[in-house]
Formats: sequence, C-alpha cells, structure tokens
Amino acid sequence: MAYDKFNILRSTAVPMPIENVDTDQIIPARFLKATERKGFGDNLFRDWRYNSDNTPKADFVLNNPTYSGEGSPRKILVGGKNFGSGSSREHAAWAIYDYGFRCVVSSFFADIFKNNCLNIGILPVTVSPEFADKIFAAIEADPKTELEVNLPAQTITLLATGESEGFAINGYKKHNLINGFDDIDYLLSMKSEIETFAETRPF
Amino acid sequence: MSTPKTLFDKVWDAHVVRHVDDGPDVLFIDRHFIHEVTSPVAFLGLEGRGAGVLFSGRTFATADHNTPTINQHLPVADPLSANQLAALERNATKYGISHWGLGHIKNGIVHVVGPENGITLPGMTIVCGDSHTSTHGAFGAIAFGIGTSEVEMVLATQCIMQPKPKKMRISVNGTTGKGVLPKDVILYIISQISASGATGYFVEYAGDVFETMSMEGRMTVCNMSIEMGARGGMIAPDQTTLNYLKGRELAPKGEAWDKLVPYWESLKTDEGATFDVDLTFDAADIEPQITYGTNPGLGTGVTHQIPAAEAVKDGAASYKKSLHYMGFSENESMIGKPIDFVFLGSCTNGRIEDFRAFASIVKGRKKADNVTAWLVPGSHIVEKQIKDEGILDILTESGFQLRQPGCSACLAMNDDKIPAGKYAVSTSNRNFEGRQGPGARTLLASPLVAAAAAVTGKVTDPRELI
Repeated sequence: MAYDKFNILRSTAVPMPIENVDTDQIIPARFLKATERKGFGDNLFRDWRYNSDNTPKADFVLNNPTYSGEGSPRKILVGGKNFGSGSSREHAAWAIYDYGFRCVVSSFFADIFKNNCLNIGILPVTVSPEFADKIFAAIEADPKTELEVNLPAQTITLLATGESEGFAINGYKKHNLINGFDDIDYLLSMKSEIETFAETRPF
Repeated sequence: MSTPKTLFDKVWDAHVVRHVDDGPDVLFIDRHFIHEVTSPVAFLGLEGRGAGVLFSGRTFATADHNTPTINQHLPVADPLSANQLAALERNATKYGISHWGLGHIKNGIVHVVGPENGITLPGMTIVCGDSHTSTHGAFGAIAFGIGTSEVEMVLATQCIMQPKPKKMRISVNGTTGKGVLPKDVILYIISQISASGATGYFVEYAGDVFETMSMEGRMTVCNMSIEMGARGGMIAPDQTTLNYLKGRELAPKGEAWDKLVPYWESLKTDEGATFDVDLTFDAADIEPQITYGTNPGLGTGVTHQIPAAEAVKDGAASYKKSLHYMGFSENESMIGKPIDFVFLGSCTNGRIEDFRAFASIVKGRKKADNVTAWLVPGSHIVEKQIKDEGILDILTESGFQLRQPGCSACLAMNDDKIPAGKYAVSTSNRNFEGRQGPGARTLLASPLVAAAAAVTGKVTDPRELI
C-alpha cells in the first residue's frame, strides 16, 4: 500500500514505559474482524484505554489531557522494552498508524511488529536503554518536550537539550520509507526472475 | 571443502532469489497458508494495484480463527465473523486457491491441517499471516508468521523480503521425567530465557530430547518459538519426520518421494557450523510447568512458588503489574490455586496426542463441578481420531463434552471467551492480558496439567494422578 513519505519528524511524544507491550494489548483480537483497513485507531489499546462500559480509564496515558489534549497531535509513541511482542497481526501497526503515530521508539522491538511497521510507513526507532530512559525522564519533566527523528541522518534528538543518538536501519527500507515505496512494487519488477526461480523448486 | 552450514543456512540459502545490497534477501516461499482474519485486506490491496496471484497452487486457505465450536452446520451468528469467512471463500474461489472452509472435511486450525495433510514438508519455506506458523519448523522447514502487507506480497509475487536472522541453537540433553510433556520443555526454556530471549534469532532445537520426541511434540515446541521472540524454530528432519509424512494425502508419493529423501536427509547442521548463540539445558531439570504471569516467560515448575520480582528478567514495575492482573503475589505457591476454566486445544496442543494425554488422567475420574472445560480438537481429522480411539467415550464418562474444531479460546475471536477475573488453565500459547477474553486470567500448561486441574478444580501436580 502507499503510505506517507517519512523524512524528518518533529513532534511531542506519548510515553508508555511498560515492558512487553504485546499486540493483544495494542489491538485485542475481537477487533480484528474488519475486512477493510479502517477505523483501527479507535480501538488502539482498547482494554487499557476503556472500561467495559466504554468509559475512558482516567489513569491511561492516552486519556491524560497532558498527552492527548488539543494542539499539535503527538506523532511519536515511546514504549518500553520488547514492544510489539506476540501476534503477527498487522492490525496492531494499523491501529498505531490510524491513531496518528508515525514513529515508535523503544529500546527493543519484537521482530514481526518491527517489519509490519516498516511495511506500512511507521518508523520503528531502536534506541539504547539509557537513551530511552532519558526520553522518559525528559517527557516526565516537561510533557511538551519535542523529539526530532531524522531518517536521512538516522538520528533521534531531544530538541530541548540537543542530546542525540544514532539509530540503525536497513538501507533498502530507509530508501523505501523516504520515498513512500513498498516491497511489492520492487518484487513485481522481478516477476520473470521469480518465475524462473520457481521452476527449480523440487516441490 | 565447503564451509560448514547450519540447517537454517541450508534451507534459507536455497530460497534466496536475489540479495539486495544493504537490504533484505528476496526469499522464495514454497507454501503459503491463509485464513480469514489476516487475508481480506491483502486481497483488497492486490485488487487495488491490479495484481493477480502469481502461483495460486502454492497457497492454501482454511477458516479457523473466527469459527464457532458448536453448531458449525448452522450459519455463523456473528455477522462480522460471517463476513470474514465469506470474504475468504470469495477470494479463494476468485483466484483458484484451495479452500477448506467451515464444513469442509479437512477444515481445522491452519497449523494443524497443514502438517496432517502432508502440505508441510522438510526444506520448505512456509509463511502465513499468523505468528504460530513457526509450528511447521518441526519438519525442518523455515516457517514464520508475517503481516498482512506480506500476505499480499506473497500472493502477488510468491516472495517476501527479509533480512536473514541470526542463529541460535537450543539443546536439551538427557531424559525428561515422569509427566513432562513437550509443552513443559518449551515452557521451561522460555521461562529460562524470557519472552524476548530469542528476538532476532531463528532457533534450531537439538539434543536427545528433541531427537526422541514425536512429530506432534516437535510441533508443540516449534509453535511456541515465537513466545520467546524467535522468528521461528526448526528441528532437523529424521526418520521420525519421514515416517509421519509418508502416505499423507498431499505429500509426494512413489518416485517423487524417493527423489526427495536424499535431499531431506542432507538437511542437518554440519559438523563445525557455528551459531550466534548456543544454549544447553538438562532434561532432568524440567518438571511439569505452569505460568503465573501475563507473558509466556513468566512460568515455573508446578510445585514451585511464584518468584520474587528480583528473580525474574522482566522489570519490577512490569512484573508487579503482571501479578496484579493475575491476582497473584510474589512467593505464593501455585499448587492448590482454584481455577474456573480448562481449555484443551489450539495450534499448540490441539492434536491427537494431546487428547490422549488429557484422557490418560481423566479416565475413571470426574470433572470437578467448579470447572467449565472446553475441549477443542485442532481439526476434523483429530476429532475423528478422538472418536475412533475411544477417547470420546472416556471424556464423556468423566463428564466432559467435545466441541468442534477451531482456534476457539486461544484468542477468543469466537464466542469461547473466558469471563473477566476467571482463571483458565489453558494449553494454548499466550497468557497475555485479555487474550482469552477481556479480564481473563490464563495459566499456560500442558494437557496433563490441564487434565489434573479439570478433575481437581485447582492447580495440581499431574504426577500425583498418573
């Protein structure tokens, strides 16, 4: 699918310093029944965000006006270690994207979740545990703290202090994100090579 | 002499169509499984870009995640589920993909029906929009879960683009003790290395315990590889593998089979091949396991106490949140905890051996009055085996009922939901918050531990009932 091009993103962030945030929390299974890719943001973190009578839980970060109030929408989600573990459901990434996030930061991502993000135009940024702690501390001290995620330079910076860290990304995926390309276009251009390869398979 | 290779290298390297500079490998996919939940948007994407399905014969569709486990002959009551099931059938028909929908004799959970019908073979690459695709690694295949964009990718091009993962070998040597099932082996490993301990790696399981394990046990183990973060797990094919596959309906036959055997026999890690991480465990240290937390790494021997926060790899805040959700405390004993539900089933433990194990404990005993038990076969073929082997009679005499095949209470996308606050001993693969229904509390365990809980109404050491 086509998605927004990613270049340099400056935004405030939503802090979620919880370990092992699994895809069942990001989007519970009962909300996977759509046959089209829309509206998943409404159910992002559904059971942490709402009571069973659909009233918002006041202590959940997305319901905290400090982090979800009017003004510029927060496009960066900062999660704890092992973010996105569990299911391969891309719906988790769709929900994050649909809610408005374009970048997820963690000291450690689950593999499939990370791939799913890259495939739909969300940039997963892996930082050191120390830098993750610095981000959490900075947001706690000042919820209006802005981060700059610079994909071409592969850096993430706390704008108030200038503290910065580099992050790794596969060169091919970086090129795709910056240009809004996806893998399928690339693979379709290889069709005859793939067909020739298929003839060599023994089963 | 060529460089020694691991089993994983041999299979991966044989599927690289093209290596992209500073990028992922273009990997050819031999078999693609689809189900109703993660495929509809992929087909929409395909239509949106005007692409077709490149090799429809390499994709197999089955309905499992949403399906009811009672009255499957009636129309599906939930309109959203019915809509997804209809979309799968429509898309499969449109593109000429084999479809085992609800009511089909071969219908069942995707990771159960693939192997039991001989679709899964050693040396294959296999993907599905479901993380437990790692199950098929039991046959010496590279098998892993993918997202919906990748489902579309495989439909359109039969390839995906993946960076090659690092390699980990996990060896378990020696002999397991009484009442220890493959599920206990994998729960033990995950408890030792944590729910993220193998993230970034593809795991090969080696050593005495896996060499002597049945194919069904190997599937249970490989199934749970994702629960320690691994992309997948695999076990070298051997005579056990070939014995399991020979004669299965869709497996190669005659000359075609004979031609493949030498290749399959070559699929083992060469002497001198290296792994990025090499771990070894002693089978004697493993007892029947149970989880007490909200990720599969938070488990222990059934007779043990819940550890204190400082003894686990998860951070203290996350650990305490986890125990709070479960209604448990540090240093409590797991034995004797009252439970409300038992779920036997899922792609982890919904096979015939699991029902045999469950029946071995409940035989001659009665279901505890406080327990609701949902016993759900992984496929119609398993359901038939349960009846043919007399297991259904044992279950019925003990006060249990059998439901119809599907994913059921593993992820509770159908009506089989554990109510909020209730405790379920479950043979499924995940104990995440709300996984089995909003507020449900899941204790992962083997079919023997589940059976012991089902007849006593509380967490019980199954060795006392064997």
